[in-house]
Amino acid sequence: MSEKVLMKGNEAIAEAAILAGCRHYFGYPITPQTEVAAYMSKKMPKIGGTFLQAESEIAAINMVYGVASTGKRAMTSSSSPGISLKTEGISYLAGADLPALIVNVQRGGPGLGGIQPSQSDYFLATRGPGHGDFHVLVFAPSSVQEMADLTSKAFELAEKYRMPAMLLADGTMGQMMEPVVLPEPIEKVEEKPWAVTGTKGEREHNIINSLYLKPAELEQTNLDRFARYKIIEETECMWEEFMMEDAEVCVVSTGITARVSRNAIVEARKQGIKVGMIRPITLWPFPKKPLIEAADKVKSFIAVELNMGQMKEDIELAIRCKKPVALCSRVGGMIPSPDEVLEAIKKEV
Amino acid sequence: MVNSEIIIAGFGGQGLLFSGKVLAYAGLLEGRELSWLPSYGPEMRGGTANCNVILSDTPVGSPIVQHPNVLMVMNLPSLDKYEADVVTGGKIFVDSTLIARKVERTDVEAYYVPATQMANEMGFPGLANMILLGAVIKKTGCISEEGLPAALKKVIPARKADLFDANMAAIKAGAEYVG
Repeated sequence: MSEKVLMKGNEAIAEAAILAGCRHYFGYPITPQTEVAAYMSKKMPKIGGTFLQAESEIAAINMVYGVASTGKRAMTSSSSPGISLKTEGISYLAGADLPALIVNVQRGGPGLGGIQPSQSDYFLATRGPGHGDFHVLVFAPSSVQEMADLTSKAFELAEKYRMPAMLLADGTMGQMMEPVVLPEPIEKVEEKPWAVTGTKGEREHNIINSLYLKPAELEQTNLDRFARYKIIEETECMWEEFMMEDAEVCVVSTGITARVSRNAIVEARKQGIKVGMIRPITLWPFPKKPLIEAADKVKSFIAVELNMGQMKEDIELAIRCKKPVALCSRVGGMIPSPDEVLEAIKKEV
Repeated sequence: MVNSEIIIAGFGGQGLLFSGKVLAYAGLLEGRELSWLPSYGPEMRGGTANCNVILSDTPVGSPIVQHPNVLMVMNLPSLDKYEADVVTGGKIFVDSTLIARKVERTDVEAYYVPATQMANEMGFPGLANMILLGAVIKKTGCISEEGLPAALKKVIPARKADLFDANMAAIKAGAEYVG
């Protein structure tokens, strides 16, 4: 499938999930991610899969929990207010060490907020979306191509580390169309030795559970999980660098704002300003290494994001506050223009 | 080929997103870099709707068109909103059946096509968008005319395949009007 096709970001997620062997989708409609559900409703019945519009977001995430327990690839998708509702289920998935994909095509908040693009669920996603000590893998696509590619990657890593993964897109990424080369279909989803599939009297029971009443046992599950997290932080960070070789100012941005920033950087370079960008692709694990390395070279950083500076804090942590980090942001569904980002860059030189 | 940054705007239901998709698919078939970004939400029925299309020979950065070099408008609020954003030397295409006023800018090229009236006279009242699009394609060369039929076939849903000829006729009429 090397042919380029034109798709909305939301549709690319759905098709990539199917190509990744996902045959179980549970969701509930909400703008701006409804095309994911719409696509699944058309396609799943034709390929022997399950599309189910649940009675609520909470029901949908618990259906994902059920399917994930059997070792099958399962997913749900929603937008910000719906993700809040799913957090209980996500915590249970994490507590039971189950892989699953949760798609969040963010809109403005808090509350019902609006329906226009946002990145204001950054904290929610990266700090463990739910109660308890845990993380989910968080991917931030910046093109329709990445909507597809990171969907495949999310399923793969979720299974590798037995944990939920979240695709954290913004409304623009969901709604826009771009040419995309879809990933190759995977042959077969691997059998899981831990899955509850029936023992047929031939093996010990597998138990999927997140309840541990003995503190020592519960402590051990937490310690084991965080040992895995440490490996993930060391090996699975993804990012892209743009014009960083001689940069004196480093823009850090994801999703739609990384695209806007790219325009601003190209324009700034024309004006002789040495600016580049580090674009985190995984938000948890956060790519600290390229940032701390850049901190020794650049004069300052600018976080360009659609929230009041949530990722800015991660940048400051990553660089141990070695250099100042400015914020260029719009919220509520507003998106900064390339001119606004260019202005922010000029303030730093 | 010229890089095109296009805004297509008007009322919801006028087929503006569809018009943009025709350009996007044509760009895809020509192997160009492109993006298509719709407005979405409650404004789509009856309110204002628009889409941004970028056709480029280099990878597209922001899909949001800030300064269009092509503006196609099918209602007055859209002309009022976007006229000032058009780059100097840009082209503005106006459905003059629906928009009474003229373009005020003198540093842009304005084309007036009575697309809605022409569509009614042709017996395809829903195809004013394609008439105006025909004028856009003719005057901007944003996509090649040869690739148009194949692009249109990709965009028209299978259940409406019988409308292909009418769409092509509408595009042709718009192109001829601005000759």
